[in-house]
Amino acid sequence: MNGAVPRVGVVTFPGSLDDRDALRAIEQMGGEAVPLWHADRDLRAVDAVILPGGFSYGDYLRCGAIARFAPVMEPVVTFAERGGPVLGICNGFQVLCEAGLLPGAMIRNRSLRFVCRNVWLRVETAQSSLTGGLTPGETIEIPIKHGEGQWIATPEQLGNVERDGLVVFRYASRTGIVDDAHNPNGATNNVAGIRNPAGNVVGLMPHPEHAIDPDVGPTGGQPLFASLLHVAMAGVTG
Amino acid sequence: MRSEELPLHRQLGLTDDELAQIEATLGREPNRTELAMYSVMWSEHCSYKSSKIHLRSLPTEGPAVLVGPGQDAGAVEVGDGIAVVFKIESHSHPSAIEPYQGAATGVGGIVRDVVSMGARPVALLDPLLFGPLTEERNRWLLAGVIAGIGGYGNCIGVPTVGGEIRFADAHTTDPTVDVMCVGIADAADLITAQSRTAQAGSLMVLYGASTGRDGIGGVSVLASATLEDGAEGSRPSVQIGDPFAEKLLIEASLELIAAGSLEGLQDLGGAGITCAVSESATRAGMGASLDLDAVPLREPGMVPFEILTSESQERMLAIVHPSKLGEVRAVLDRWGLTTAVIGELTPGGTLTVRSGGAVVAEVPAPSLADDGPVYDRPAVRPARAVGNGEDPTFVPFEKDLTEAVLTVLTAPNVASKRWAFEQYDRVVQGNTVAGPDSDAAVVRVAGTLKGLALSTDSKSRFGRLDPFLGAAHAVAESARNVAVTGATPIAITNCLNFGNPERPEVMWELTESIRGIRDACLAFDTPVTGGNVSLYNESGDSAIWPTPVIGMLGLLEDYRLRAPSGFPRPGMAIYLAGETFAELGGSEFAEAVLGVVTGKPPALDLSKERALHRFLIAAAGSAVLASAHDCGDGGLVIALLEAAIGGGHGFAVSLAGDLPSHVALFSESASRAVLSVDPADEEAFVRLAAEHGVPVARLGETGGPRALVEGLFDVPVDELRDAWETAIPRLLGET
Repeated sequence: MNGAVPRVGVVTFPGSLDDRDALRAIEQMGGEAVPLWHADRDLRAVDAVILPGGFSYGDYLRCGAIARFAPVMEPVVTFAERGGPVLGICNGFQVLCEAGLLPGAMIRNRSLRFVCRNVWLRVETAQSSLTGGLTPGETIEIPIKHGEGQWIATPEQLGNVERDGLVVFRYASRTGIVDDAHNPNGATNNVAGIRNPAGNVVGLMPHPEHAIDPDVGPTGGQPLFASLLHVAMAGVTG
Repeated sequence: MRSEELPLHRQLGLTDDELAQIEATLGREPNRTELAMYSVMWSEHCSYKSSKIHLRSLPTEGPAVLVGPGQDAGAVEVGDGIAVVFKIESHSHPSAIEPYQGAATGVGGIVRDVVSMGARPVALLDPLLFGPLTEERNRWLLAGVIAGIGGYGNCIGVPTVGGEIRFADAHTTDPTVDVMCVGIADAADLITAQSRTAQAGSLMVLYGASTGRDGIGGVSVLASATLEDGAEGSRPSVQIGDPFAEKLLIEASLELIAAGSLEGLQDLGGAGITCAVSESATRAGMGASLDLDAVPLREPGMVPFEILTSESQERMLAIVHPSKLGEVRAVLDRWGLTTAVIGELTPGGTLTVRSGGAVVAEVPAPSLADDGPVYDRPAVRPARAVGNGEDPTFVPFEKDLTEAVLTVLTAPNVASKRWAFEQYDRVVQGNTVAGPDSDAAVVRVAGTLKGLALSTDSKSRFGRLDPFLGAAHAVAESARNVAVTGATPIAITNCLNFGNPERPEVMWELTESIRGIRDACLAFDTPVTGGNVSLYNESGDSAIWPTPVIGMLGLLEDYRLRAPSGFPRPGMAIYLAGETFAELGGSEFAEAVLGVVTGKPPALDLSKERALHRFLIAAAGSAVLASAHDCGDGGLVIALLEAAIGGGHGFAVSLAGDLPSHVALFSESASRAVLSVDPADEEAFVRLAAEHGVPVARLGETGGPRALVEGLFDVPVDELRDAWETAIPRLLGET
């Protein structure tokens, strides 16, 4: 299908905040942005799905705990199980964990405060829908903004995640040093983002959709969206 | 006399004269419900009764002004049919009692004001003043207010892009917590939000949260009286915020406005349903029939006055033609919002309130909304004012200058506020070109090259010494902060934070401040589009300093031409624009190093100030500025250090002239800016300055790891950054 453009859906839950930003990032990177609604069971034939940042349903219970029961999550889970690329950003990451698509959970930041700043991430694997064009060890700059972003896991989960190389990004220095001084929220092993074993489902706390346009921030999100669109495109042409 | 022994009207905050005025209006005694309605609508907070006659002197008109004072928020046109809606409001009294919820609901209220004008909120700024952080209660207030602003603002998807945080003894009991919201709308959509097309028979639709007992009488109990001992007992008068509900309200309201489904829209804030219904009816030139049985309640047993005056958050009142009710309900259902038709507009001007089938109140709607009392309270200049005490400008200073510079750099007013700003989401919506660490925040208008430059400023230390000058300086600094980015100052909103207006000294400070705002706004062609007055900020007999806070809106036609505040590269020529005089009265140096707030504040020549703005705008527009930074608190040396820290490049300068060294470094003379210029552009730069009649002096160059003022100061920039950034966390005991 020459000239086809991958269709990437962004789910709006009540309380989603960065849904418009994700839609805009998709278009800026050359994809077709497709709004999806939490109460619909229809993914509108998209080639990839993004669960955006925000405070779905207010997050008064546990982040993402209610969103996972939204009608739209049924087809999202099916889509993911069939190998469709699914990206969870911030609150979307929390939803993916709650839905059992990714291991672990997020608790309040070590500082007990919300934190918004640009951070450096070290890419740990190219085996994911988000890091296809990247080299392990390289660093990218992306903003974080969350109050509950400290990723934790049971010892068994953590062992599996590290053994199977499921960590996609770690908080690091600009030069790639992973240490406590560069851990903005206390996440276990500096984990900023992880994938499922197949690599089609990725969740991360930082906001790549806010790292596309150099006029308003860093540009570390560009290669990530390029990779996602590339993988989605493979779905279109395949 | 215990309060329950007072007659009811006095318990509710009404004077005997005001009761007589109500009786004359009604031709009878008001019943308890009516009395409660008047008490909230005629409160200082809602009626502006002490400030109204003085506010009339402010310039409010200009070619760009679409909506002036008196509406939920002001609006100006910035070209291409784009309207910018903006307003500032205070939530100081609730925040003094319950800092998290007080600050959070302040954000919610101002956001609804902007939404009810038909605009999408795109930016929040929070000017805050606290007592010294050496006291535990002040640290608790700071932490709570910052968390509350973030906790609410971060959950509704509106970036918090700026504001300021200042400290003064006078704010120990009475913090000042103001919040400004800026929104963008199609100019054509604004009218929808203002009940102009409403007619008799149109329905009043209440949607959003249900009505509870929280915040009953907030405007009269909290906002219109001083806080005395035992104020914690007022805690039930503080409202509780639900930002998730607010987010749904924003989206649903904007969808209804875009679809043209509404004849009018008003948020429910101070004075709750009473205010929203009486103002909506009055603006439409009509009366209203209101049925309290239709109001969704949070708890049983609420009596009419409670329902009428509850300040439960996250509620809106829409005026809807009966033929559109179905489509309105459909949108609100989709967003999961509770909807209730609570009444309709009626011919004539009477507001009739029913409960249980019986009429419980019947009053002329305009008597609540428009015809409150207006006072010309006595204003007397106190003996201490103007030039009080020894002027620090003329006190010889023999101590170590390096130490003095570090003391000022790490003083709480000057030190980095990153600890606070990092708790705010400044990037959501994806249009934040410059955030809280810039002189003015810059938010681009999506889909255009236009940038809105936004700054909030107060100069209460100057105001303490001379309220007229303090207010004029606040306007000048806010305009300068906008102009250093290259933006043209367009219009202001203001929040007037003062003590008890029944004291002639406070009234004098208020009238002098308004005069200062007036003169400066006239000189800069920046009309006042609205604002808020927060009085009774005092406890015992100690009032806050006169603190008018200015919220300035500036416009960049091309946000890409914005000048940054930090030195961007080594090898740039550094210039000071403007002149330095021997002016240390009320300066940061005098307070932080000498421990005094005395003397005469710097002079302010409004025409020189305006010339500087025009020069900065022209220089940024023709791209001859590498950077531009306002010279404010701490004087020239602090402006240089901030530009070095911000840009990550050192500098070497020498200061000519015959001023004593400490005066040259720390004088806070007005109308100055520290600029850096690429050597290739210097000739054009100097010519442009001459054309605008602005004196510029070449001080030195950027580059290297050190901040060097020849013969006076030489410290590595990294050391300075560390000291500047850790000062506030250290005061909070975190490092």
